[in-house]
Amino acid sequence: MAELLFWPALLCYGEAAFGYLGDARRPGAAGRAATWGVRLGWLTQTALLGVQAAREDGFPWATWAGSLNLFVWFVVGAYLIWGCRKPYRLLGLAVMPLAVALLVVARAGGGTGIGARSHYSNLFLVLHVGLVLAAFAGFTLAAALSGLYLWQERRLKQRATTILRRPAPSLATLDRLAGRTVAFSLPALTLGIAVGVVRLASDGGRVDALIAVTLVTWVVWAAYLVLRVTRRWTGRRAAYLALAGFALVILVRLALPATHFA
Amino acid sequence: MRRLVLVGTSHHHAPIELRERVALDAEHARALAARLADGGGEAVCLSTCNRTELYLVGPDGDEAERAAVAALAEVEPEVEQALYRLSDHAAALHLFRVAAGLDSLVPGEGEILGQVRAAYESGTTGTLLDRVFHQALHAGRKARVQTAIGESPASVSSAAAALAEQVFGELDGRAILLIGAGKISEQAARNLLSRRARIAFVANRSLDRAEELAGRLGAEPLPLERIEEELVTADIVVASTSAPGYVLDVETVARAVRQRRGRQLLLIDLAVPRDLDPAIHHLDGCYLYDIDDLEAIVAETLAGRRGEAERAEAIVAVEAAKFHEWHASLDVVPEIASLRARAEEIREAELRKADALLGRLDEGQRKAVEAITAQIVNKLLHLPTVRLKQAAAAADGVLYAEAVRHLFGLGEDER
Repeated sequence: MAELLFWPALLCYGEAAFGYLGDARRPGAAGRAATWGVRLGWLTQTALLGVQAAREDGFPWATWAGSLNLFVWFVVGAYLIWGCRKPYRLLGLAVMPLAVALLVVARAGGGTGIGARSHYSNLFLVLHVGLVLAAFAGFTLAAALSGLYLWQERRLKQRATTILRRPAPSLATLDRLAGRTVAFSLPALTLGIAVGVVRLASDGGRVDALIAVTLVTWVVWAAYLVLRVTRRWTGRRAAYLALAGFALVILVRLALPATHFA
Repeated sequence: MRRLVLVGTSHHHAPIELRERVALDAEHARALAARLADGGGEAVCLSTCNRTELYLVGPDGDEAERAAVAALAEVEPEVEQALYRLSDHAAALHLFRVAAGLDSLVPGEGEILGQVRAAYESGTTGTLLDRVFHQALHAGRKARVQTAIGESPASVSSAAAALAEQVFGELDGRAILLIGAGKISEQAARNLLSRRARIAFVANRSLDRAEELAGRLGAEPLPLERIEEELVTADIVVASTSAPGYVLDVETVARAVRQRRGRQLLLIDLAVPRDLDPAIHHLDGCYLYDIDDLEAIVAETLAGRRGEAERAEAIVAVEAAKFHEWHASLDVVPEIASLRARAEEIREAELRKADALLGRLDEGQRKAVEAITAQIVNKLLHLPTVRLKQAAAAADGVLYAEAVRHLFGLGEDER
C-alpha cells in the first residue's frame, strides 16, 4: 500500500516541479496545474505517512531515510500555507524540485516503506524528531523566501525591463515572511534539541557530529533573529544569513545523519 | 430582420482636434440616443476621448445609417469625411473589440469597459442592443480575466507606482517625498495616492508652489534645504524639478541611509536633466529609476500587452460568432412561430374531432391525452427548430426558411 502511494506522490510533486518551470516561461495554466500537483501530492504523501503509521507499532520515521520522508512532508506543507498563491509560484520552482530529490533519496534509503521501528519511546520521537524536522522545514522555506528576495532585489538593482511583466512578491513582504517563518521555527528547534539533550544526558551518550552541527545551526538561526530585532539586520544581509543557515540544514539532513542514526 | 448599424470615428480615423469637436458629454450623448431611437428604434451613443460612435437598430439599415451620419454631421460637419460605417456582424465585432480594449490606443486599457457600460446604460435600448452590449461587456471582462492584456502598467507614472509595489507591497500609508511641484510631480503623486500611499512632503525651490501643491495633496510643504532630514522617514522619493544639476547627491542620501536602519528607499527621477545623482542606485537598499528606465519598462509591458492581444482577439471572435448566430436566428423566428402555431392548430382540431371518444374519459385522463399530444408535437418540432436556427446563421438560411414555408404550407391560408 505504501508503495502504491509513494509513486503518485512523487509523480504529483514532479508534475508540480515541471509545472512551475513552465509557469516561469509563460505564466498561466502551467502554474495552476503545478499548484494542483502540490496539493494532490501532499495529500497522497499524507496518506502514505498515515499508512506507515498504521502499519507500525510506534513512530515509523526514526530512521535517517524515514525522517527525510517526514521532512519533505513538512517542507511541502509549509509551502502550501501561502506558496500556492500566484505571486509566490516562483518559490515552487525552488521548493518542489528539492522535495522531489529528497523524496527519491528517502525512498532509496527505505524511508517510504514499512518496518523501520525504533527502540526509542514514541513520545520522545514525536517531540524530538517531529519538532526538529518541522523547524528544519520552516528554515528551508525561509531560505527559499530569502533566495526569492535576492533574485527580486537583483532585478530591481539591474533595472530589469521585465520586472512588471513578471511581478514577484515585494521585497518587504519576502523579508517579513522569512523573518516570521524563522520566528516560528526556532522555538520548535530549541524544544526539539532540548528533548534530545535530556535524553542524551539520561542515556549517558556522547555529542556526535550531527548534534554539534545542529547546535551550530541553532546558533546561526538564533543570530538571524537577534540581529534582525536588535541591529535591524533585514534585507540582503538577512537573506544571505538565511542561506548560510539553510546550508547547515542541508548538511545536517543529508551529509551527517549516518553518525546520529547509527 | 432588424439591422444593427454603427457609424462613428476614432483615433484611427480622426486627429484629436476633430475628435474633441465631435465628443459629447454624458447628457448630450443620452439626448442624442433618445432622439435617434424615437419611433421604435434603438440607439446608444458611445463618446470617449478616443471615439464617438453611434449604434443604431432599425428595420432599414440604410435609413439608420443616414440618420446617424446626419446626427454626427450636425455636431461637427467636418467629421463626415472621417466616419466609418459598419453593420450587423461587423458592427458587433467592432463593439466587442472596443469593450475588450483591443481598439484602444493602449491595448487592454481598463477605462473603456466602464465607458461602454455607461454608454449602454444611458442609451435607448431594446432586444438587439441589449443583447449586443451585454455580450460585448461579457467579452471585455472575459478577455481581461483570461489574458494578461490589462495587467501591466501603460504609463510612466503608473509604472513608477507599480515599481513601488514591487519594493514595498501594499503602499497603504507609505510616505512619499515629492521634490518639485510641477504637473509631472502631481500626476505621479495622484497615481501613488490612488494606491493609498501618503504624500508626506512636497519640497520645492519656490515655497509658495510647494505650499499650493501640498495643500491639494494634504502634505507638508518643505524648502529644498530640508530634504535631507525628511529622507530618513520617507519610503518613496519622486523628483521632477527643472533644476539644471542634481538636487540630491549620493553623499546626502548615504547619510540618510545610515539612519534608516536597513529600510528600503525607492527614488523615481522624472526630471530631464536628472535631479538625482545616479550613484544613489549603488547604495544598499536604494533603488533609483530615471525616466529612461521607466520608459523602457513601459515599452516592455506594452509589448507584452500586444502579445496578449492575440489571445484576446480569439476570445472576442468566439463571442462575436455567438452573437452572429443569435442575430441570424431572428430571421427565421416568423417561420418557427408559424410552424408551431400550425402544429398546435392541427393538434387542437384533431382533439376536437375525437371529442366523442374522449367524452367518455374522466378529467384526469383527458388532461393526460392533452399533455401527451402536446409533447409529441413539441418533440417533433424540436429538431427542425434547432436546425432552422442553425441554418439561419449560414448563407442558405433563407432557402431553408422558404422550404419550411413550402413543405408545411405556412401562410397559404392567408393567400
